[in-house]
Amino acid sequence: MEGVIIIENIKKLLDSIKRPVRLMEVCGTHTVAIFRHGIRKLLPEKILLISGPGCPVCVTSVEDVEKAMAIARNEDIIFTTFGDMMRVPGIEKNLSEVRAEGADVRVVYSPMDALRIASDNKDKKVVFFATGFETTSPSVAGTLFEADKLKIDNFYIYSAHKLVPPALDALLGSGEVNVDGFILPGHVSTIIGSRPYEFIAEKYRKPSVITGFDAEDILQGIYMLLEQIASNRAEVEIQYKKVVREEGNPKAVELMNEYFEPSDAYWRGIGTIPLSGLKLREKFRHRDISSAIKINISFAFGPQEPQGCSCGEILRGLKTPDQCPLFGCACTPESPVGACMVSTEGSCAAYYKYGGFI
Amino acid sequence: MCLAIPSRVIRIQDMNATVDVYGARRDISLLLLPEEVALGDFVLVHAGFAIQKVDNDAAHEALKYIKQIIEETEEDEL
Repeated sequence: MEGVIIIENIKKLLDSIKRPVRLMEVCGTHTVAIFRHGIRKLLPEKILLISGPGCPVCVTSVEDVEKAMAIARNEDIIFTTFGDMMRVPGIEKNLSEVRAEGADVRVVYSPMDALRIASDNKDKKVVFFATGFETTSPSVAGTLFEADKLKIDNFYIYSAHKLVPPALDALLGSGEVNVDGFILPGHVSTIIGSRPYEFIAEKYRKPSVITGFDAEDILQGIYMLLEQIASNRAEVEIQYKKVVREEGNPKAVELMNEYFEPSDAYWRGIGTIPLSGLKLREKFRHRDISSAIKINISFAFGPQEPQGCSCGEILRGLKTPDQCPLFGCACTPESPVGACMVSTEGSCAAYYKYGGFI
Repeated sequence: MCLAIPSRVIRIQDMNATVDVYGARRDISLLLLPEEVALGDFVLVHAGFAIQKVDNDAAHEALKYIKQIIEETEEDEL
């Protein structure tokens, strides 16, 4: 269906619903795609798109960033990370500043690059900062598999992996998030498929649609959500059938589950969500840098957000970035205060870049 | 962070492959892929691993969007 026709059909459906509709796009890649395609401008005002917690960079906790920096400061360690994590603020510093002070911090494109660095530097411990959702954690499991196969014993990870479905369960369970349906992530779902989201329909009676990233995909996903709302249905549907199957990628899930098990995890701005992170299973604990060295941080537990920062409310869909007092003044992409402004897929960075149109 | 890029397989050796995206070549792992691939097939690549096979039409469609992002990023960097 052409984009123009989908928009006409969306308008017709919305007329039959007779009330405003609030939809949450869970994934940061969708947040950026929605801005890039100018989708908010194309839609009737009665459809409100709210950004959710789906940027793994943004939700990495201050404690994890502090620990990453403490690990990186060890002289016998080469610390490797995806580039997105370099400027995520800890309490006072970020990994980029720690590198400027002399720590050996290297940006890699793949955890396999980190494994190659380990193979080339047998006299050092090489640590990979394992961040990301289910799209990324199978790649880390695959790298650990290769490390065992190639007997590269100086390769370790620090896991800050997060899981998407438990976060959505926590958001809906809190009762504070008022949404009528979810635009679910395309590539996370390539791995996990549609079944892990079924609780959204069964427990909370909310429709959801796994959606692709081009303009027509997103409009089609919104149309499918409105169809469910109009007919009072609540199901998990797949719009992005080009790459997402109901069962996901079983091989990737199996490998991820072989190496990792769910653990409680702290999400920046949200708090601790039960079983929403991944830790290495006991038999692979020798790959966990936390077991291999003592990580010294002086970390005071308490509110983790800088004063005035609204990242927490933004990640939960309670505020839009332009409702934060720091947005665009004290907090900009050049000088970010909160994590949502650091990542290019953070809601604040997207609002800043594309004009904050809602 | 969760963007995966459709990439054309141009060389296969055991569980590793070389892929091409607009002339940029990269070595990737096929370890996570549930199905066989042949030379010329498209796979979705994330963080150095192929995570799904995609048909040619879908790959070309998705690549159009990726190209926009690349061009926009280049403009930002100028």
